[in-house]
Amino acid sequence: MRIFVCVKAVPDTNANLKVGSDNLTINPQGVKYVMSPYDAVAASKAVELKAANEGSELIALSVGKDNKESRQRIKDALALGADRGVFIKDDAAHRDPLGVAKALVAAIKAEESCDLVFFGRQAVDTQASAVGPMVAQLLDIPFVMDCISLEIADGKATVKRSAEGRVETLEVSLPAAFSAQRGLAEERYAKLKDIMKAKKKPQADFDYAFPDAGYEVTAMTPPPERPAGKIVGEGPEAVGELLRLLQDEAKSLSF
Amino acid sequence: MASKVLVFCEIKKGKFKKGSLEALSEGKKIAAATGGGDVTAVVVGGSDAKDLASSLGQYGASRVLVASGDWLADWNSDAMTRAVVLAAKAEAPEVLFISATLDGKDLAPRVAAALDVSLGSDITGATVEDGRLVLTRPVYAGKTYVTLKLSGATQVVSVRPNSFTLETDGGDAAVEDLALDFSADDLKVKVISVEAAASEKPDLTEASRIVSGGRGMKGPEHFELLETLAEEIGATVGASRAVVDAGWRGHGDQVGQTGKTVSPNLYFAVGISGAIQHLAGMSTSKCIVAINKDKEAPIFKVADYGIVGDLFEVVPALTAEIKKIKG
Ligand SMILES: Cc1cc2nc3c(=O)[nH]c(=O)nc-3n(C[C@H](O)[C@H](O)[C@H](O)COP(=O)(O)OP(=O)(O)OC[C@H]3O[C@@H](n4cnc5c(N)ncnc54)[C@H](O)[C@@H]3O)c2cc1C
Ligand SMILES: Nc1ncnc2c1ncn2[C@@H]1O[C@H](COP(=O)(O)O)[C@@H](O)[C@H]1O
Repeated sequence: MRIFVCVKAVPDTNANLKVGSDNLTINPQGVKYVMSPYDAVAASKAVELKAANEGSELIALSVGKDNKESRQRIKDALALGADRGVFIKDDAAHRDPLGVAKALVAAIKAEESCDLVFFGRQAVDTQASAVGPMVAQLLDIPFVMDCISLEIADGKATVKRSAEGRVETLEVSLPAAFSAQRGLAEERYAKLKDIMKAKKKPQADFDYAFPDAGYEVTAMTPPPERPAGKIVGEGPEAVGELLRLLQDEAKSLSF
Repeated sequence: MASKVLVFCEIKKGKFKKGSLEALSEGKKIAAATGGGDVTAVVVGGSDAKDLASSLGQYGASRVLVASGDWLADWNSDAMTRAVVLAAKAEAPEVLFISATLDGKDLAPRVAAALDVSLGSDITGATVEDGRLVLTRPVYAGKTYVTLKLSGATQVVSVRPNSFTLETDGGDAAVEDLALDFSADDLKVKVISVEAAASEKPDLTEASRIVSGGRGMKGPEHFELLETLAEEIGATVGASRAVVDAGWRGHGDQVGQTGKTVSPNLYFAVGISGAIQHLAGMSTSKCIVAINKDKEAPIFKVADYGIVGDLFEVVPALTAEIKKIKG
């Protein structure tokens, strides 16, 4: 099987982000990047499947700025167990999801074959949950979102999906694409020797000319300020006053 | 130029999703702002879909296109995508709205890709400028916001539940059949079985009230306290990551930057300290109430109302008081 995992560089979730002076991007100062957390879950599952299916190859794909932080995400995936990495340079400040999807599709189509493609349920920066379904649509293959378990047998995948108010068990034939919810796989962490081994694994660049997307980010702004809150009181005695405020002032409860 | 607006309206458990109705109301406003275009709803569902469809008039639809049949009763994202793409190609709207429910988040990108246009995903604000939409959405889980414009033939937008007001001053809608060009045999995704979750409550992403518990709950057995409070006020129960990692609640219950981003009207944070990743997922809530015994807890910085105290005393008192008010 040929397995792909799409990984994205995102600011560490611990980062306290500020809008940059261009009012269009975040201020990069002091911001550390990591592999988007759900992509790490997706990669963990992909590595598990590769190990269980002899002769499989796992390719990590990433679209990002041509810098160390972005390229490092391919290395992270290699350290987790991917066989090789393909990096697609993109210098846009805000690349739209269809543009990213088209670039990933081009890179996948440049390979000999494709059986499985893994995504995170959402990148924790854009939080669009869009790239995975778009790639699947463009490749005309099935897509299952928010997978919590996945088994492959006889050219088919049986997947459990954590959906709204329900858990669905679905069957799709391969090739197919999936997005990972937490719990899909036991998360792997690279050990020092994995990181050393990863250095020897092949990494290539794939050139892609992004078409005009019809998507323009015109401004980035800080979140709207929340009015200062108040401590209503201490202990159970305060609940009466809290309920009064919720009903009369905030108008968020009525009975 | 008057824009034609198409709105996908999702049915779950025999009812339209509130988020879809909000999208419809907003669609009507957008159409009016562009000089009064048509607002058409598209509905795909089981055999009850047609009966439900005419009610969409009051929320702003002038026409409703309905594809119905027993085989469409359960959500199948492949079927939904094909049907909505079909409707969008036939109607060629300038604007297509889909509520960003969990299933809507799966549907909208596929429809956009099939139409070869980009997507405004999970947006929380929309205005019209020179006949085109100007959209806003939180990014980095609400740590910043972006403003964006789409210039494709159809502006496909998924709208975040609880972000737009629901208006019911519409009129009658003409219900028309949407003839499909595919059948159950063509579907690439086969639904083997569906297990309903224990809770009948709306998912966190669209709940209008949420009661979340953190490590301060001390163990899974005490979530009963929150379930009872939630029951009284019609809320969905959520959790911090600490709670999910400890296995006290399922992954689907996690609120935060690496969990679900929520925007309810009312959010209770109980025994949650307010780490940056948690705040990032819930700071767009309209009203935040924090209950925590540590008055220095960062959650109080974003809370509209706070009670400093032991949750094991405050929550039962709160539930009891609500019961008393309700009589
Ligand atoms: C990559 C990454 C991603 C993350 N993503 C998320 C995410 O999406 N969502 C998320 O929530 N976290 C996330 N976290 C974890 C986050 O950093 C915090 O560790 C977590 O939110 C803490 O959970 P908590 O508030 O329940 O627990 P704690 O921080 O331990 O807080 C417990 C609180 O309960 C209070 N308390 C204790 N007993 C009582 C009592 N009897 N009565 C009243 N109050 C009491 C305490 O005063 C304290 O404030 C992430 C972390 C990382 C590294
Ligand atoms: N720039 C990128 N490079 C590689 N994969 C990406 C990129 N952007 C998004 N993805 C994949 O698509 C998923 C969903 O991203 P998003 O649609 O941005 O929420 C991510 O979790 C990744 O698996």
